[in-house]
Amino acid sequence: MSARERIAGNVANYVDERTGAAAWMKKNLQKVFPDHWSFMLGEIALYSFVILLLSGTFLTFWFDPSMREVVYEGSYEPLQGLEMSAAYASALDISFEVRGGLLMRQIHHWAALIFMAAIVVHLMRVFFTGAFRKPREFNWIIGIGLLTLGIVEGFLGYSLPDDLLSGTGIRIAEAIIQAVPVVGSYLSYFIFGGAFPGYTFIPRIYTVHILILPGIFLALITVHLMLVWYQKHTQYPGPGRTEKNVVGYPLLPIYMAKAGGFFFIVFGVTALLGAVASINPIWLYGPYTPGQVSAGSQPDWYMGWLDGLVRMAPPLEPVIFGYTLSLNILIPGLILPGIIFTGMALYPFIEQWITGDKREHHLLDRPRNAPNRTALGVMSLTFMMIALINGGNDLIATNFDLSINQIMWFSRIGIIVLPPIAFIVTKRICLSLQRADRELVLHGRETGRLVMMPSGEFVEVHEPISPEKAWLLTQHEQNAPLQLEDTDARGVRRPGLLKSKLRKRFSVAHAEQVAKPTVADLKEIEHH
Amino acid sequence: MSKEIEAIQDPGLPAHKLRQTDVDPKAADRAERQVAILFGLSALSTVLFIYSYLFISTDTFVFIPLMGEQNAHQLFLGLGLALALLFIGLGAVHWAKTLMPDHEVIAQRHEFRSPDSDREEFVKTAKEGAAAAGLGRRSLIKRSLGLSLGLVGLSPILLLGDLGPLPGDDLKKTGWKAGSRLVTDPGDRPIRPEDLEVGAVAQTLPELAPGKDHRSLNDIAKDAVLLIRLRPEDFNLDDERLSWTYQGIIAFSKICSHMGCAVALYEQSTKHLLCPCHQSTFDVTRAAKVIFGPAARPLPQLAITVDEEGYLVAQAPFNEPVGPSFWGRSA
Repeated sequence: MSARERIAGNVANYVDERTGAAAWMKKNLQKVFPDHWSFMLGEIALYSFVILLLSGTFLTFWFDPSMREVVYEGSYEPLQGLEMSAAYASALDISFEVRGGLLMRQIHHWAALIFMAAIVVHLMRVFFTGAFRKPREFNWIIGIGLLTLGIVEGFLGYSLPDDLLSGTGIRIAEAIIQAVPVVGSYLSYFIFGGAFPGYTFIPRIYTVHILILPGIFLALITVHLMLVWYQKHTQYPGPGRTEKNVVGYPLLPIYMAKAGGFFFIVFGVTALLGAVASINPIWLYGPYTPGQVSAGSQPDWYMGWLDGLVRMAPPLEPVIFGYTLSLNILIPGLILPGIIFTGMALYPFIEQWITGDKREHHLLDRPRNAPNRTALGVMSLTFMMIALINGGNDLIATNFDLSINQIMWFSRIGIIVLPPIAFIVTKRICLSLQRADRELVLHGRETGRLVMMPSGEFVEVHEPISPEKAWLLTQHEQNAPLQLEDTDARGVRRPGLLKSKLRKRFSVAHAEQVAKPTVADLKEIEHH
Repeated sequence: MSKEIEAIQDPGLPAHKLRQTDVDPKAADRAERQVAILFGLSALSTVLFIYSYLFISTDTFVFIPLMGEQNAHQLFLGLGLALALLFIGLGAVHWAKTLMPDHEVIAQRHEFRSPDSDREEFVKTAKEGAAAAGLGRRSLIKRSLGLSLGLVGLSPILLLGDLGPLPGDDLKKTGWKAGSRLVTDPGDRPIRPEDLEVGAVAQTLPELAPGKDHRSLNDIAKDAVLLIRLRPEDFNLDDERLSWTYQGIIAFSKICSHMGCAVALYEQSTKHLLCPCHQSTFDVTRAAKVIFGPAARPLPQLAITVDEEGYLVAQAPFNEPVGPSFWGRSA
C-alpha cells in the first residue's frame, strides 16, 4: 500500500466512522446516467447558475445599491460632472475603475441570458419528450417555478444599475403594479416607498436580487436535482432500453469527468462572450431620469414576449362605476402570463386526465409519436414567438424599413390566427412522420440502386433496416382513446356528462395515430 | 390494441464497440498527450490572465480586425480567463471520451410506491401520533392554537406597513400651479413664445420654487411637459382646448398615459408624438388623441399663456392626473 493510499484510507475511515457515508457513496458513485446531448441542456442551466453566483458575488463587493445622488467623477469622460444615483456611479466604477470589473459584469449578464435560454430549451426538451409524466410531475412544477423566478430575477438584475434603460423598465413594471384593480396604487406606494421613482427601490430590489431569490433558487435547484437523482434519469427508447432499466455510464469516472469538464466549457464560453461581446453598455445610456427615454428601448429577451403582448394590446380602458380598469395593461401584463404559466404548470395533470394513464414512464416519447402534445407545444411556441417579435417591432421596423403599424397589425391578427394553424400543421407532420416510419419498417431503406428486371421493368432495391432500427421505430405504445360511457349500466345519464364528453373528445384527438407495423404485417409483405 | 398482435421484438443492447484507444496502446498514448496539451494550454492562458491583470493598463486600446478598437486590458484578461477554463473543460471531456472505460451499464429501476405493509404502518403511526397528541378530542386546544398561529402569522404583514405611505391623492397632483413659468430642462431658463420656431419642440418643467435649486426625480416623473409649436391653423381643437394653446404653442404632459415612459419622439412632418416604449401614437393637432397603439387616453394637456413679462406660464394645473392609469383615477 502506497503512502498516498494510506492517507486516503485514513481520511475515508475518519469520515465514515462519523457519518457512515461509505455505504451511500459506494452505491451512488456507481449511479448510472443515460447519455444524450439533450440531457446537457439542464446542465447548462445549472452551470450558468453557479457562474451567476460567482460573478454576482464579485460584483457585490463594489456595487453600491443606493439612490443617493452623487456627482460622477470617474474616468468615463462623457458623464463626468453629471448627477446620478450612487448605484449607477458604482456600476460605472465597476466597468471602468475595477480591473476585471467590466469582464465580470459582462460574464454575469451573459450568464443570465444563457441561464434563461437553457431553462427554456430544457423545458422544451422535457415537454416534447414527455419527461414530465408520472413520476416526475413535482420536478416539472419546480421547473416552471424556476423559469418564472428566473424571469423576475433577471429583470431585477438588469434594473439594478439604474441607467436610463433599466429605469424605463422599472417605470413600466410600476405601471403594471399600479394597474392592479382596487389596490394597485397602494401596492405601488408600498413597493416604491411612495411616489415613483422614490429613493428606495434600488436597495429593496437589491435584497431581493442577491438574497431572497438566490436563496429560493438554491433550495428549488437542490430539490430538482435530488429528485432527478432519486428517481433516476429518463432515457430515450432504443434496443435494450425498457421502462424497468436505465442504460448509461456510471458516475465515476466517466460521467463525473464529462459533466465536470462541461462545467468548465460552459464557464469558458460565457467568459469568452464576456471578453469579446459587449452587453448592456450602461455608460451609453446615461443616468435614469423619468423625463427621458432612448429610442429602441428593449428588455432582455426573456421579457421581450411580455413587452410584445403589451405593445399589441388594444386600447381598452373602461371606467366602471367611476373606477378605471386598465385592461390594456392587465390583459397582456398579468392575465395572459398568469394563464400561460398556470397552464404550463398544470399540463402534466391535464394530459393525465385526457389519457387516463396512471403508470410510471421512464422511456421518453419521440415527439412524433405524441402528435397532439407536440402540436400543442409548437402552437404555444408560435404564440410566444409572435409576441417576442412584436416586442422588437420598433427595431424590425427601423432595420428593415417597414411600417411599425403594419408589424403591429400582423402581430395582433397573427397571434390569434397562426397558433391554431401551427397546431394543425404540426400534427399532420407528426402523423406523416409516423407513416414514414411505418414505410421504413415494412419496405426497408431506399438504397438508390436501380435494377432492370428481365421484363424490362426498373425497380429500386430496398434494403431491410436493422433490427435495432426497426425496434426503435416500433417500440412505442399505441393506446386507444378512453372508453367513456355516457350512460351507466342501467341506461341512466351519468353526472358530469359535459366534462366527460369533453374528455372523450380530447382523448380521441390525443390518440390519433398511424398504426405501427407488427410482425404479422412484415410477414405479409414477405409473401409478396 | 397492440397487445393482441405480436409486436416487433427488442433485439437487446447492441454489442460494445471498442475504440481505437482501447485496442492500440499507441493511440492511447497519443490521447494522453493530447489531454496533457489541452491542460497545458489552460495553464498558459492563466498566465495571460495574470499578465493582463498586472501589466496591461486599463486605458490601453488595440485594433482587432472585425472588432475594431478594443480595450486591451478587458479583452486579454477575458480571453485569458475564457481559454483557461475552456481548455480544462476540453481536456477533461477528451480524457473521458478516449481513455476512460466506456462500457454501458444497465441498472434496474424500482417502483417508487412503498409496499402496502409500509403504507399501512405509516397510516397507523400517523393516526396513533395524532391520537396521542389528542387533537381530535381536545378541541379547545386545537381552536386556540389555530387562533394564535393565525394571528401571529399576520404580524409580519403588519410589520411591512411602513414600507411606504398611502397614496392618498398624491397620484392626482403635479407641481404645476396657475402662473408657474415653463422653464427649459435642462437649463431652467424661462421661455418666451418667440424662442420657439414653428415645428420646434422643447422639454420643460415648472420653475423652481424660490430658494430651491434642485429637483427630485419624483417631481420630474410628474411634471415633465413637452412644448410644441405649430401654425395656429394646423390645430383641430374645440374652443376650450384652443384657448389652452398660445400662438400655436401647445403643451402636453410628457409622461405617457399608457405606462409612464417619456413620450420622446416627435415627428414633424405628421405632427405625431410617439412613445418609444410601446409605440402609442398621439396626434398633436387633435390634443394628443391616440391614433395608434395600446394607450387608451390622450396625453393630458396643460393650459398655457404668457405672463406680464412675456414668459410662457401655466394658466392652471393639469385638470386630470398625469401618467399611467390607476383604479381611483377618475373617482
